Amino acid sequence: MHHEPQATSSETAARETAPPTEPVTLPTTRPTGCPFDPPAELAQLRERQPLSRMTYPDGHIGWLATGHSVVRAVLADPRFSSRQELMHHPLADIGELPPATVGDMTGIDAPEHTRYRRLLMGKFTVRRMRELTERVEQITAEHLDAMERQGGPVDLVEAYAQPIPALMICELLGVPYADREIFQRHTTTLLTQSTDQEAQYAALTALQEYLHALVLAKRAEPTDDLLGDLTTSDLTDEELTGIGGLLLAAGLDTTANMLAHGTFALLSNPDQLAALRSDPDLADQAVEELMRYLTVADPAVRSALEDIELDGRLIKAGETVTLSMQAANRDPQKFPDPDTLDLRRKATGHLGFGHGIHQCLGQQLARVEMRVALPALLTRFPTLRLAVPAEEVPLRTGMNIYGVHRLPVTWDKE
Amino acid sequence: MELTIDRDRCVGAGMCALTAPGVFDQDPDDGRVLLLDAEPQPGQVAAAHEAAGLCPAGAITVIGDPPGPRP
Ligand code: HEM
Ligand code: SF4
Repeated sequence: MHHEPQATSSETAARETAPPTEPVTLPTTRPTGCPFDPPAELAQLRERQPLSRMTYPDGHIGWLATGHSVVRAVLADPRFSSRQELMHHPLADIGELPPATVGDMTGIDAPEHTRYRRLLMGKFTVRRMRELTERVEQITAEHLDAMERQGGPVDLVEAYAQPIPALMICELLGVPYADREIFQRHTTTLLTQSTDQEAQYAALTALQEYLHALVLAKRAEPTDDLLGDLTTSDLTDEELTGIGGLLLAAGLDTTANMLAHGTFALLSNPDQLAALRSDPDLADQAVEELMRYLTVADPAVRSALEDIELDGRLIKAGETVTLSMQAANRDPQKFPDPDTLDLRRKATGHLGFGHGIHQCLGQQLARVEMRVALPALLTRFPTLRLAVPAEEVPLRTGMNIYGVHRLPVTWDKE
Repeated sequence: MELTIDRDRCVGAGMCALTAPGVFDQDPDDGRVLLLDAEPQPGQVAAAHEAAGLCPAGAITVIGDPPGPRP
């Protein structure tokens, strides 16, 4: 699935002797016909200069990191800040950014970040998330039943990939059963490409209002769930509402696209699909490899708080660094034959959930969801296949989270 | 091999408990790392090394004993 233009020997020589002095812009165009591969320029940059100068849309001259070790080093280094107001946006000139909204732990540094993270991380442990396995299995089975009743073709995104993470967030937050339909209607509106902006804005407002009301209800009558538990902490209602919103924003689209785009990747690699089908024990490894190969949440952005020497370059205080985790996850120095999807490889150490103190809080939940939902789908429908030619699957080009807008699939009836 | 942990650095990502469950766990209340075995058995050494390398917060330190496959 990956055709990189073959470099002539004179080009290769030029590349080695003369690193580019001109700053680049963030490459975003994926190779045509390769829905799973990062833009080819990212690989060229990584090879020449894993830490390159980059021009930002607002005119800032900052940096672009594409090599695995550089990206990892920046993410692990507290001298690089996540503060939203310091960052230059890598893709759009949106002027100066405001500080992160209340409860948004992604856009702040220690010690403010530590306070939120400490209050939340006990709710997301490996053990606690594994205890949710049975619920994921139930929800998964219900949605597979519904698909089977309806018969193919169905849009896997709407029928499967979106509802599973949405319902698991409901479980986590403690959204009462009676409210789940409304909750899901709003999230679907929010996540669907075709709905107009006004409807999306209305859905967002409705969700925020809903979360606020939910927080007040938990405060009045604490229940045994994340929000209920947190009402006993020193978090304000505004902070709790913000945290609820962040979990929705961070946990829905990401997992939904991993499920849908992951299925698309498996259907496009029949040998890998067959391997996973024949060996359910491969699921854990398969999920890590799909995380590496697809890297749907990308890039991360940090800004230097002081002058920092890295990889032989000097990053000045105030400069923004864009971290291409998708390029890092295809670094041949870390992952041999990186452009091949190989479910049997050891893909741990991928940066698909980030690295450092902001590494994904919900990763153990996401793992449980993917480890259950992907094999269950393949087992239920042994003849699962795309219902349209692969070129017609609408890709989420230019969206925050990459993946597919829709994935029409079908199967043979018994 | 000997391990130490720094619970103040831990961000509860769970990579340790996922990678070397016999050596690390997470506190059920606050999610922070618990060291179950500071001197892992030979069969656990490789996994413990890997967990230390994967920890996103640098909260796990290996004393002595270079990383690498064990017999
Ligand atoms: C496969 C699905 C997922 C992917 C690919 C993913 C990816 C990521 C990445 C790359 C980051 C780091 C961002 C940065 O460093 O700037 C992150 C952070 C975060 N994720 Fe996830 N995520 C997923 C699922 C989830 C789920 C299910 C939840 C919660 C229910 C969640 C909640 C969060 C939160 C709260 C943060 C911010 C952590 C912090 O700033 O300390 N994520 N995620
Ligand atoms: S991997 Fe590191 S940060 Fe994560 S729980 Fe273990 S010690 Fe803490």
